[in-house]
Amino acid sequence: MANFYTDNAGLKFQLSHPLMKKIVTLKENNFADKDKYDYAPHDFEDTVDSYDKVLEIIGEICGDVLAPNAEGVDHDGPQVENNRVIYAPGTQRNLDAITQAGVYGLSLPREYGGLNFSMIPYVMAAEVVSRADTGFANIWGLQDCAETIHEFASKELKEEFLPRINKGATCSMDLTEPDAGSDLQAVMLKATYNEKDGWWYLNGVKRFITNGDAEIKLVLARSEEGTSDGRGLSYFVCENPKDASMKVRRIEDKLGIKGSPTCELVFTNVKAKLVGDRKLGLIKYVMSLMNGARLGVGAQSVGVSEAAYREALAYAKDRRQFGKAIIEFPAVYELISVIKAKLDASRALLYETTRFVDVYKAYAIVAEERALDKEEKEDAKKYQRLADGFTPLTKLFGSEYANQNAYDCIQVHGGSGFMKDYTCERLFRDARILTIYEGTSQLQTVAAIRHVTTGTYLAQIRHYQDEKILPELAGLRTNLIALTDLYEKTVNKVVETKNNEYIDFQARRMVEMAGHIIMCYLLLMDSTRDSQFTKSAEVYLNYAKAEIIRHSSFIESFDIESIGVYKQV
Amino acid sequence: MGLQIVVLAKQVPDTRNVGKDAMKADGTVNRAALPAIFNPEDLNALEQALRLKDKHEGSTVTILTMGPGRAAEIIRESLYRGADNGFLLTDRAFAGSDTLATSYAISCAIKNFPKVDLIICGRQAIDGDTAQVGPQVAQKLGLPQITYAEEILDLKKDVITVKRRLEKGVEVVEGKLPMVVTVNGSAPDCRPRNAKMVMKFKHAKTVSEKQEGNQDYTELFDTHPYLNITEWSVNDIKSDADWLGLKGSPTKVKTIESVVFQTKESKKLTADDFDIESLMRELIANHTIG
Repeated sequence: MANFYTDNAGLKFQLSHPLMKKIVTLKENNFADKDKYDYAPHDFEDTVDSYDKVLEIIGEICGDVLAPNAEGVDHDGPQVENNRVIYAPGTQRNLDAITQAGVYGLSLPREYGGLNFSMIPYVMAAEVVSRADTGFANIWGLQDCAETIHEFASKELKEEFLPRINKGATCSMDLTEPDAGSDLQAVMLKATYNEKDGWWYLNGVKRFITNGDAEIKLVLARSEEGTSDGRGLSYFVCENPKDASMKVRRIEDKLGIKGSPTCELVFTNVKAKLVGDRKLGLIKYVMSLMNGARLGVGAQSVGVSEAAYREALAYAKDRRQFGKAIIEFPAVYELISVIKAKLDASRALLYETTRFVDVYKAYAIVAEERALDKEEKEDAKKYQRLADGFTPLTKLFGSEYANQNAYDCIQVHGGSGFMKDYTCERLFRDARILTIYEGTSQLQTVAAIRHVTTGTYLAQIRHYQDEKILPELAGLRTNLIALTDLYEKTVNKVVETKNNEYIDFQARRMVEMAGHIIMCYLLLMDSTRDSQFTKSAEVYLNYAKAEIIRHSSFIESFDIESIGVYKQV
Repeated sequence: MGLQIVVLAKQVPDTRNVGKDAMKADGTVNRAALPAIFNPEDLNALEQALRLKDKHEGSTVTILTMGPGRAAEIIRESLYRGADNGFLLTDRAFAGSDTLATSYAISCAIKNFPKVDLIICGRQAIDGDTAQVGPQVAQKLGLPQITYAEEILDLKKDVITVKRRLEKGVEVVEGKLPMVVTVNGSAPDCRPRNAKMVMKFKHAKTVSEKQEGNQDYTELFDTHPYLNITEWSVNDIKSDADWLGLKGSPTKVKTIESVVFQTKESKKLTADDFDIESLMRELIANHTIG
């Protein structure tokens, strides 16, 4: 009887954040649904209580169903039979439990059968699911597709597809092709309109498609003949025909997340419907869902870090060498406290980002019903900018820390950790994809660097600097102010060169400096509200300070002319 | 065909993780020291009832539980999983009931329902482990019973087909409704709580709970009748006071012993013929084998 939500005080804490009131009030539109739906909340407290109770259900399923199934799923993996994907038996049991609990389609509005949850509990659920089974978190996370349909498709399409989500219809997002990975402008799968029957027909190949044999599919395809870039691409939704017109040619044999089927698909005249407008497929719709997907990987990453921390801690307390538990040795307890600090830091960043996303998305929904006033418009804009800036940081740090934590977790286990008997080796394999998919760490840097050069991060850091904190934490803040000055000075030095290649060369270092300072502040503010984070705030600051000084020293002493040394022919 | 199904459920102290203060000095269970949970096999029973409801349109699943006021939690837990309504049988007059008095009170309460096709309950509760209440209820209502059910395989008209789990195998039997079925712990686990149901029924309360002082959402009880959990006292059932509570309970606890298993002296045997033969003799002599 395990519960991955109630056993984690760091999670419920997120529901008590001061910004929740604003988020819930916007999202629930002054609780207008309460007379229409018997499960709609009556006020703010009732809403947060519902979040808490539903997360408790998810936590229980994760502890009692998903986690015990995870090893078997990793071992069995999905199979392809007659061009169709057969899930591992454990995966199917997971899906059945999730469907029975009615927790698929968490954030969809009630009129489409959803629970109308804000992003905070949705992301918390994703984190908990990932802690139980990182591969299954992908299948779970593809309910994001419903968000895209809801945001951009016509009312008819919404009514056709959305009510099925809460009943358990699985989804996939078919974007990449053999020659179109990070560069989606190169997508070739062809969409042809048939005027006679009013359908679009899809022909071509998709590759690396997560959960590719799902029931509801969103497909990026070239609708404009003769084009070769992103402006010729549109977005389509189709029902998986489950016949010879859509074949699963193979599934990939992967290093990790083995329970999540990664498919190569062949489309032969598959009937589809257009989502939104033609030509906006990539440049508007996919770009928009990409931020949601990155937040999802951020949540998945924190889930892996949580699992790694727990495995490492339990083993270090249990394992005895030289007459005592190994956790009593400085080399081991430092390792574990740094895992915990990185976990708490990346979680603080994840939920701060999620709150920003929540506010601006809720404004967008309000705007559908009535025009926003000037003040609201500015507020929405501010939160959207912050969300855009913080999302790549969340994905970058979350995924890198998940990998470092899984690595260190094996290290704590010593030789045993290298064996398949312990969970940590699976965590290590599952973590590896996190810095790669939905945009590599290098691409997150590309997305984040403009917020370094335009000052989004610095402005927000200065804003955090003015927040009220406990007097006993003031010493840590003094340190942070000095580090912020160092960051500002270092960034100015690079930006002043006005050399774009040089800025790109130093980008990762500058983005990381900003991220470290932001996470330190978030931990200070969290510690002010709850002492459970004080240790991590201190440990993380020590870690971050060394990293910031290292980056600054590299940049400070770097001669721009020596960039050529790094170019490999 | 819509079925009227009654599930009998009990709130029990969680005896699966017993600490040192689990028993009081007088040998009775210290209920305050143990968390109160839904009796596990009653959850298996609820699942069987809900599966029948899924298959037979128009069916209703009603939970009946006897216990103190806090046992209303069992009813809410059932509503969260798909039960339609629940009744809490609660009165000081029922206090101290053994299985005979309990099954009498429950059978009297069941007579309040206009029509009952099937009564399903767990085989036994983890606090007393008697497995007597289900069969006694059947007896008192004059109904046939199938015990140790693992799965209700089929139900056509009024004939039910049930797989029973026995000590060394399974048995498939048929029975005629109305009847009582007691469900074994090897039956499928109960489904998880459903998110929408939790949000719908989380404010459901009994009259006593409403009077406990928390005045939040009180206006909802008039506008949302399904939030009112019915409480039945001794006055709401037709019964003979001599058969209820302590008075109606012939069971008397004489003593309770705490049994501690101790490791006996160990014996070392080698694999030579002499040692093996003497072990064989010993095992045959004490009837472990042969």
